[in-house]
Parts: sequence; C-alpha cells; structure tokens
Amino acid sequence: MSHNENNHTELVESRIHSNRLFGSLIILGGSILLLFSVIASIHFGAADLSYHAVWSALFDFNSDNSSHVIIRELRLPRAIAAVIVGAALAASGAIMQGMTRNPLADPSIMGVTSGSSFLIAIAFAFLPAISYSGLISFSFIGAGLGAALVFGISSLSKGGVTPVKLALAGSAIASLLSALSTAIGIKYNVSKDISYWYAGGVSGVQMQQLMYVLPFVAGGLILALLISRSISILSLGEEIAKGLGQNTRLIKLLGTIAVLFLTGAAVSIAGMIGFVGLVIPHITRFIVGVDYRWIIPCSAILGGILLIVADIVGRMVNAPFETPVGAVTALIGVPFFLYLARKEGRGL
Amino acid sequence: MHLSKNQHKFKILMIVTSILIVIAFLLSINAGYLKIPMNEVFATLIGQGTPNNELTIFDFRLPRIIMALLVGMGIAVSGAILQGVSQNPLADPGILGINSGAGFAVVLYMFFFQGTAFFTGMLSIFIMPLTALAGAFIAALLIYLLSWKNRTVTPVRLLLVGIGINAAFGAGLIIFQMKMDSIDFMKAIIWISGTIWGTNWTYVWALLPWLLILIPFAVYKARFLDVLRLGDPIAIGVGVRIERERVILLLVAVALAGASVSVGGGITFLGLIAPHIARRLIGARHAKIIPLTAAIGALLLLSADTLGRVVMAPMELPVGLVVSILGAPYFIYLLVKTV
Repeated sequence: MSHNENNHTELVESRIHSNRLFGSLIILGGSILLLFSVIASIHFGAADLSYHAVWSALFDFNSDNSSHVIIRELRLPRAIAAVIVGAALAASGAIMQGMTRNPLADPSIMGVTSGSSFLIAIAFAFLPAISYSGLISFSFIGAGLGAALVFGISSLSKGGVTPVKLALAGSAIASLLSALSTAIGIKYNVSKDISYWYAGGVSGVQMQQLMYVLPFVAGGLILALLISRSISILSLGEEIAKGLGQNTRLIKLLGTIAVLFLTGAAVSIAGMIGFVGLVIPHITRFIVGVDYRWIIPCSAILGGILLIVADIVGRMVNAPFETPVGAVTALIGVPFFLYLARKEGRGL
Repeated sequence: MHLSKNQHKFKILMIVTSILIVIAFLLSINAGYLKIPMNEVFATLIGQGTPNNELTIFDFRLPRIIMALLVGMGIAVSGAILQGVSQNPLADPGILGINSGAGFAVVLYMFFFQGTAFFTGMLSIFIMPLTALAGAFIAALLIYLLSWKNRTVTPVRLLLVGIGINAAFGAGLIIFQMKMDSIDFMKAIIWISGTIWGTNWTYVWALLPWLLILIPFAVYKARFLDVLRLGDPIAIGVGVRIERERVILLLVAVALAGASVSVGGGITFLGLIAPHIARRLIGARHAKIIPLTAAIGALLLLSADTLGRVVMAPMELPVGLVVSILGAPYFIYLLVKTV
C-alpha cells in the first residue's frame, strides 16, 4: 500500500518538472539585482544624491543633513514599498494561477482589488475628511470582504470549490463591486479621486504605513511558500490532488488567505497595479518550469525587480510628472511577455 | 427521448425570454425622464399618438431600444463563440483586445481632437464609432498575428498574447486618461464603462446588417464549436479543418463584438455571463446555446439600459455598470445552484 503511494508520489514529482538551475539563478542573481535597484532608486530623483550620501544615510544617520532626511523619509520607504508591492502581487498571482489552473487568473479575480476599491469609493463619497491611514484600513477591510464573498459563494455552491467556479465567482464579484464603485464615483463626482488613488503607485509612501502592511506581506509570503508544494499538485488537477490524499479545500482556503494578505497589503499602499500579478507568474513559469516551490519565490523576486525599475522609469521619463507605475510595468513587461508566449506557448 | 425533451425545454426558454423582451421593451418606452403612460404608448405605436409622444418615442426611445437589443445580442454571441474557440470559461470579447483597443482609440481621440471635428454633417456622427471600431480591429489583428506560429494559432497562445496586448493598451489608456481634465476624464470613464449613446436610426441601420448576417452564420457554424470542445486531435480526427474553422469563428466574434463595442462602449461582462447563463439553462450544444445567448444578451442589455436611465434620472448610469450590477447576482445564483 505505502509502496504504491510512493510510486504515485514519484510519478507526480516527475510531472512537476522544474528547472532548478534557472530557479537558483533567479533567486541569487535576482536578489543582487534587487539590491542594486533599491540603491539606484534611492539615488535617482528630483535631486540626484551621491552614493556616499545614500550609504551614510543608511548606516550613519544625521538628522541635520537634508539629504539624509530625504533618503530616510522619502526615497527609502518608496524603494522598499515598490519591492514589497511587486513581490506580493507577483506571488499572489502565482498562487491564483496555480489554484484555479487558469492562465487568465490574477489576484484581481479573487475579489480583493475590487473589494478594496469599493470601500475606498465609499470612503471618498461619504467620509471626505478621512485620513490616509483610515483609507488604508478601509482598503484592507474591503479586500477581506471581497475575498470572503468570492470564497464563500464558491464553497456554498453544489459540488464545492472547483477551480472554474472560483474563477467565475471571482470575476462576477469583481465586476459587481467595481461597477458599484464606478457608479458611486460617477454619482458623487469622485471618480477622478478614486482613479488617482488607484493609479497612485508607491510615491509618498511613509515608513509608518509600510510597518502596517509589512507583517501581512511577510505572513502571506511564508504561507505561500509553505503550501507551494500542495499548489503544484493542485495545479495538476483536482482529481489527482484528491487521489494523493490532499485536502484540496484546506489548501484553497489557505491559498485564498495568502492571496488576501499579499494583495490586500499591496492594494492598500499602492493602489491597483495590474499586469504584475498576471504576467510575472507566466514569465517565471516559462523560465523555471511548473514547480510552484520555485515559481512562488522566483515570481516574488522578479515582481519586486519589475516594480522598482518601473517606478524609477516612471519618475524619470516625464519628470517632473510621474507616469503611473502600473502603466510603466505593462509597457516594460509586455514585449518580453509576448516574446515568451510565442516561444513557448505553454499554458500552465 | 432525452433529445426531444431538451428540444422542448429550448422552445420554452426561447418563448419565455422573448416574452420578457417584449415586456422590457414596453417598459423601456414607458419609462424615462418624460414618463409616457402605457395607453399613450400603444396609441403612438399604432400611429395615433400626439406629435410630442411620436417625437419622443420614434426619434429617441425606439432607436435606443433597438440599439440596446442589437448590441446585447452582438456582445453575447461574440462571447459564446470566444468561450467555445478558446475553450476557456473566463473568455469574453475583452480577451481579443476589443475593449482595450476600442477604449484606447476613443481616449486617444478625445485627448487629441476634443472639440475639433474634421467632418461635418452625416460623417461626423460616425467618427467615434469608427474610431472605436478601428481600435478594436487593430487590437484583434495584432493579437491574432502575434499568436500565429507554425501555421497555427493555439487557444492557449491566443489567450496569453491577448493578455499581453490588453495590458499594453490598458497602460496607454491610463497614461492618457491621467493627463485629461476632469470633464474629458468623466466622459472617458463613462464611455469605457459602456453607454449606448448612438440613439438615432442611422446607427441602427449601420449595425443591423452585421448582426443579421453574422448571428445566423454563427448558428450555422455552431457544430464546429461542439467539435472543438472535444480537443484538437479529435476534431482533426473527425475531419474538421480546425485552423480554418477557428479563424472564421474568431473573425465572426471580432466583427460582432467590434461593431457592438463601437456603439456601446465597454460592456464585455455581458459577453462573459450571457453564454454561461444560457449554458447552465440549456446544456452544452452550441446550436441551442447561441440563439438563447443572443436572446438573453438582448434582454439583459435592454433591461440594464432602461434601469440606467431611470435610477439616477436625469443623470444616466452607464449601461455596462448596470449589466454588472444586475447580471452578477443572477450569475452567482446560477453558479451556486448548478454543479
């Protein structure tokens, strides 16, 4: 019996092929690249600061030195925010695609972004005096609400939480909530405020806000890594996963919680940044194969790199105006993504 | 036995939907900023109304209602075809870039040429729809060409390339939108959210031939969608020239959705849910799904448009939003109820 089970496991392992060499390269090289990008992000800006100032601001802080203050108060939080937002979105996108087995799935169909935008729209329309941290809490509550609705509905249904149902319920809820928030925006004439909030990106993020969301991102990433092996198995199909004795319902619940933490945190500090969550996991899969133990960490790193580079480009290209970072990520990523899609053409 | 039962159910569903459409039609004529009582509605329809009512009904309400019916059918059938061809339940006309392409073209046009019209007279009313149509076709063409490799276009590659191109157009959209002033921005948002603004007979005559030809053609081609569902190897095995059929079906879908989006804005959610609703009501045969989808799409869009005119009058709620607010709960109910 147990011998038989071992055989099965081996069979499955062989189907979840991965390219460990490329995976390790991404993690190692990516981390180094990420570090350089953070330094570059601190260096470039309205006033270019010397690398020496960057170094001493980090390790020998002097509150009288104005460039030290700029670095600590403005540039460093922004750089860190870009990295964690990119990493969070990419990792949660990877989880979504693995769980739903659908290449069109991204964090937004989990109801998280639209739930958040719904509550933000309510806040703008009815509580105009709300503070920034109040908005962040609203956004997070909305994210939770959206995810709970989607997961609740799909588990209520006959036949349980199937991937297709999760994806369909998600897109129905997402479009319902975002329609409601657009309607509120139009009715109360706040749609431009809402759009600015969502196209906002990571400028103006403060250290304190980062401290709010950092635990969620860290928790989400750890949870994602813990269930990554189960997600690989789930991505082979519900039947196979069940046949191997997996509690698929539990895994989906945990996956949803991870997505909620990661996307909720990202949305509440950076607004809606599309593309990263959808495309980075695809790019990663093209490179490292279909093992989610590699896909999730590699996606996180690549997502962080993409977003911080896009943020740098976004503030350089049309200075002093900022180009929305979500648009820049798409413009940088699309050509590369198209190249890979044509080259490989593999789905999941 | 089973087949004839299914046939029976199909007939009943079609009759019920048609009756609902007629009811929605009458309500829609009746409702609005100027409320026309039902007896006057009937009087006007048979040619015995006051001149005022005749003007409101024949020049404003009727073309808009017919437009809503046509656009609803077009988007819904396009969605049914795309879900069949791509074999993906999440597919809607948006995946062929039709939304983002048309949206980008319209925003670009609003941004650069706001207030300056090149054409006068008849042509000027066609500028926006033609801009949208051009955008939709360019996006769809780009997606198709980039998915073309080794003389085939696989569904997966089509979806992936679609994601990429959509993201690119979406990014362009955001960039230009953020540079607009508030009034233009609002106009753009309303267009993107989906609004039937072509409320005159010229648009109706422009749209009608597309649908009259393409929807029956789609029904005629429905059996290929059934075969494609079995997977490429089997489809080839039973002698279907899949690549050729796929291209034809895709072209039909693009033409239907492009024509509809050009006068209706971004209402692709209808293209996602209408086919699902039809499938959950009648089963998997496309020869039945497509007509039923068309009827459901028409019904949903007409009801949504009527509601959108009424709830916030004299302001209008974009019909695309109402479709989501109306359609999503019913769709969710069906999801919960069926396996």
